[in-house]
Amino acid sequence: MNLSLLILIPVLTLVGILLFKRENARVVAFAGSLLQLCLALFLLFAYMNERSAGNAASLLFESKYIWFSQWNINYHIGIDGISLAMILLTSVVLFAGVLVSWNVEYQTKEFFFLLVMLAMGAFGFFISVDLFTQFFFFELAVIPKYLLIAIWGSGRKEYSAMKLVLMLMGGSALVLIGILSLYYFSVQSGTPTFSLLEISKLGLSPEKQMFVFPFLFIGFGVLSAMFPFHTWAPDGHSSAPTAASMFLAGISMKLGGYGCLRVATVLLPDAAREYSIYIIILACIGILYGAFVTLKQRDIKLMNAYSSVSHCGFVLLGIAMLTRTAMTGAVLQMISHGVMTALFFAVIGMIYERSHTRIGSEMGGLLKVMPFLGTIFIIAGLTSLGLPGFSGFVAEMTVFVGSFQVADTFHRVATIIATASIVVTAVYILRAVGISLWGPIKNPEYSGGNLSDATWNEKLASAVLVVSIVIMGTMPLWLSDMITKTTETLFGAVIK
Amino acid sequence: MTVLNYISMMRFEVASLGVIALLLLIKIFSDKLNVSFILGMVNLSLLAILVAGFIGHPHGSVFGGMFLNDGTLILEKEIITFATLLISLQAYNWLKNHQHYIEFYLLLFSVLIGMYFLISSGNFLMFYLSLEMATIPLAALAAFDFNRIRSAESAGKMILSSAFSSAILLFGLSILYGTTGSLDFTAVKEAYSSSVLELFALTFIFVGFAFKISIVPFHFWTADVYEGAPIAITSFLSVVSKGASIFIFMTILYKVFAMSSATWINILVLLSIITMTIGNLFALRQNNIKRFLAFSSITQAGYILIGVAAASVQSMTSVLYFILIYIFSNIGAFTVVSVIADKTGKDNVDDYKGLYKTNPLLSLALMLALFSLAGVPPTAGFFGKVFLLASGASAGLITLIIIASLNMIISLYYYLRIVKAMFVDKNENPIEKFSSDSSAKIVMVICALGILVTGFINYIFEYIHSLSFGL
Repeated sequence: MNLSLLILIPVLTLVGILLFKRENARVVAFAGSLLQLCLALFLLFAYMNERSAGNAASLLFESKYIWFSQWNINYHIGIDGISLAMILLTSVVLFAGVLVSWNVEYQTKEFFFLLVMLAMGAFGFFISVDLFTQFFFFELAVIPKYLLIAIWGSGRKEYSAMKLVLMLMGGSALVLIGILSLYYFSVQSGTPTFSLLEISKLGLSPEKQMFVFPFLFIGFGVLSAMFPFHTWAPDGHSSAPTAASMFLAGISMKLGGYGCLRVATVLLPDAAREYSIYIIILACIGILYGAFVTLKQRDIKLMNAYSSVSHCGFVLLGIAMLTRTAMTGAVLQMISHGVMTALFFAVIGMIYERSHTRIGSEMGGLLKVMPFLGTIFIIAGLTSLGLPGFSGFVAEMTVFVGSFQVADTFHRVATIIATASIVVTAVYILRAVGISLWGPIKNPEYSGGNLSDATWNEKLASAVLVVSIVIMGTMPLWLSDMITKTTETLFGAVIK
Repeated sequence: MTVLNYISMMRFEVASLGVIALLLLIKIFSDKLNVSFILGMVNLSLLAILVAGFIGHPHGSVFGGMFLNDGTLILEKEIITFATLLISLQAYNWLKNHQHYIEFYLLLFSVLIGMYFLISSGNFLMFYLSLEMATIPLAALAAFDFNRIRSAESAGKMILSSAFSSAILLFGLSILYGTTGSLDFTAVKEAYSSSVLELFALTFIFVGFAFKISIVPFHFWTADVYEGAPIAITSFLSVVSKGASIFIFMTILYKVFAMSSATWINILVLLSIITMTIGNLFALRQNNIKRFLAFSSITQAGYILIGVAAASVQSMTSVLYFILIYIFSNIGAFTVVSVIADKTGKDNVDDYKGLYKTNPLLSLALMLALFSLAGVPPTAGFFGKVFLLASGASAGLITLIIIASLNMIISLYYYLRIVKAMFVDKNENPIEKFSSDSSAKIVMVICALGILVTGFINYIFEYIHSLSFGL
């Protein structure tokens, strides 16, 4: 199984989009994303087979080509449980994102081109094990967002797009500084290297780790909306077109979480332990702040955007707790939130296309008008507030249990504070559902069959996401097993 | 040494001289020849020079060590010849309607000869002479837009500031001659003792270079000259002139002043920081696209200085590689600007609003070039940028690369401003749809290909690496 296929398929899709006519761009993108989804599922199957056959190597399906030998830069790819989970998430969201954008009329080719390019960046980021290659794909996944938001967005789209891209690029500049400092420090082993595996074996002195860690963690943290670097998220999410919001919240924020975990914490374990207190404080502030700000939102898209800040706080909290369970929970939370928020943004986009308002109180009674979309909205909401049976419960529960294992007052208090935010989540989710879906139909334009329910593409997109949520919620063991095994091999050094 | 050996050794210079002679003869004896024919011939001869450079790599020196030649120098000459060829193609349409196109090429080839000698010089006398030869005709070229008074003004500014910088440079050289008793690079290196007086001389030589490369605080001429000069000359100044000066700058620093490296590395770090920051801050507020590109080129010079300061084999490779990529990106950008200015006379950022609607390919070409300048993947600029920073990191210049990385965010903002104008903004009366002439199209295609491909091909980097040297 050659992992480069995961990049090759998007590349071919991009070429196809360029070559085919405007009307067919969406078909090409759909075919590409379907192929990618199948490939990801096949990869999961192959991975499970290898593991059950007793292959205990930390990376599977590795391949390595020399790229710039003078810099010791290699195109080195391979996957473990965490990256495989991320690849599954990305392919599901990509598939749904293409379907949701089926009716984009304005500059269709460009839209799908940028969308697929974003996904390609994410795939490349998740499979690469060389810091340079990884950084290349990381930045590749940032720039298309600017154009996606600025051209196809709504509201204050130009401002939001610029703010988002500058903050994210700021994050990536910090990451670059971190990577290059690591490169400089890795001279101690003889030849400087960008390889994740070699740097993790390096045994850098704590002072050096303490120097590099803030650059890497904050750099990636900006992407996962770490407080106080979260301000791009609400603006960006609420201004972006539906598919781009799904990508932003569903995948891009996970690039940050993945980087914090898989790069910063793995490479710099001592520093991670030293700084964990500050990260926990920031994560808790983010969780609470996000939740309370969400309470005040009347615009449901903005509500979901702010709730992403709150939810991504759990990811950082899980990472900073440095216990095996909490870290597994962080990864689960990334996946769960990725799928859930993609579904939420998708359904909000679909409803907006019909109701032409995003203000919850102006809707009212939509469940009667469009039962399918209403139901999906409710499912997304319940996942968000962590109802058992859906993925959110599994993920948040794992984080809380893992966090509570750390038995000193500070960590316990932090865990309790973070847990308390679930109550707030329940308030805003249930209120939004109540205001917009239940009750009498407020707007006379909605009644009388003016509004149609979901079309086939919207149904398919929702179905894929809902199925993922339910699978994760009802049978989480295979996934958490896969992730736990990886965290065990990766974090032997960190976990107390 | 036979005459043939001499010619082979100095093939770039002899060939350019041949072209000059030929053009003079044409100018004197035949006014009947077709313009396109002559322009085509000139471009072909540039191409021939470029190809001839790849045949064999004669090492050695002539004129008693005044003129050196080896693989590195040939590579550097190839780079500037290539850039000149692109610029010459870019200017094709403008020159076709210019009554003095032959004089244009006479001057341009004189500049080229000056630069060839500059790169090859092994003696400060030769260095100074060729530097002047590369500068004075260039000032004349800056005045080549006869209809615009700004063009003449820019030539005046350029000649004054370059005379000023030459004087300072010469002063430094004379002190150096006084202390070491020689002008030959190797002899100076041996006699050089890093005394206070010699450091004084080094500083003056630095200032001279700073003017040529437009390093802050010696950059004041840049924006006005770039705005006033014809676009072909602006691109030449920003790419070729800057590139050639940096090549010889590295040679002199690494080969002659190696002993005071601790001093000049500190100076370079400081200058690099100031240059990229000031260049960025000024570029933020420019509305004229030529001025904007002028300040962006100042910023890029600041980035290049990182590589110069790192002073290793890898950093020199990165600098050469960066300059090659910079040629693609900057000439790509200038070609689009020149095509638009040629057809419509517009050169403000606001005029570019809605360009994608009317001229999609042109906007895409400009976007690629700008993204490459900003260092965004998958363009080659990303690789150039990261390699420069990595070379700085390997030399332990962590503070410098922190500031440089943060500066790159600022530059991304203003490059995106133009992308936004083209792709996002609405415009009541955008630039109308037109088709650009074929020579400009060729340049844009070459630049776009270069931007997309150069980064991924490690062969280019390896080739440059095999020819580079460090401290």
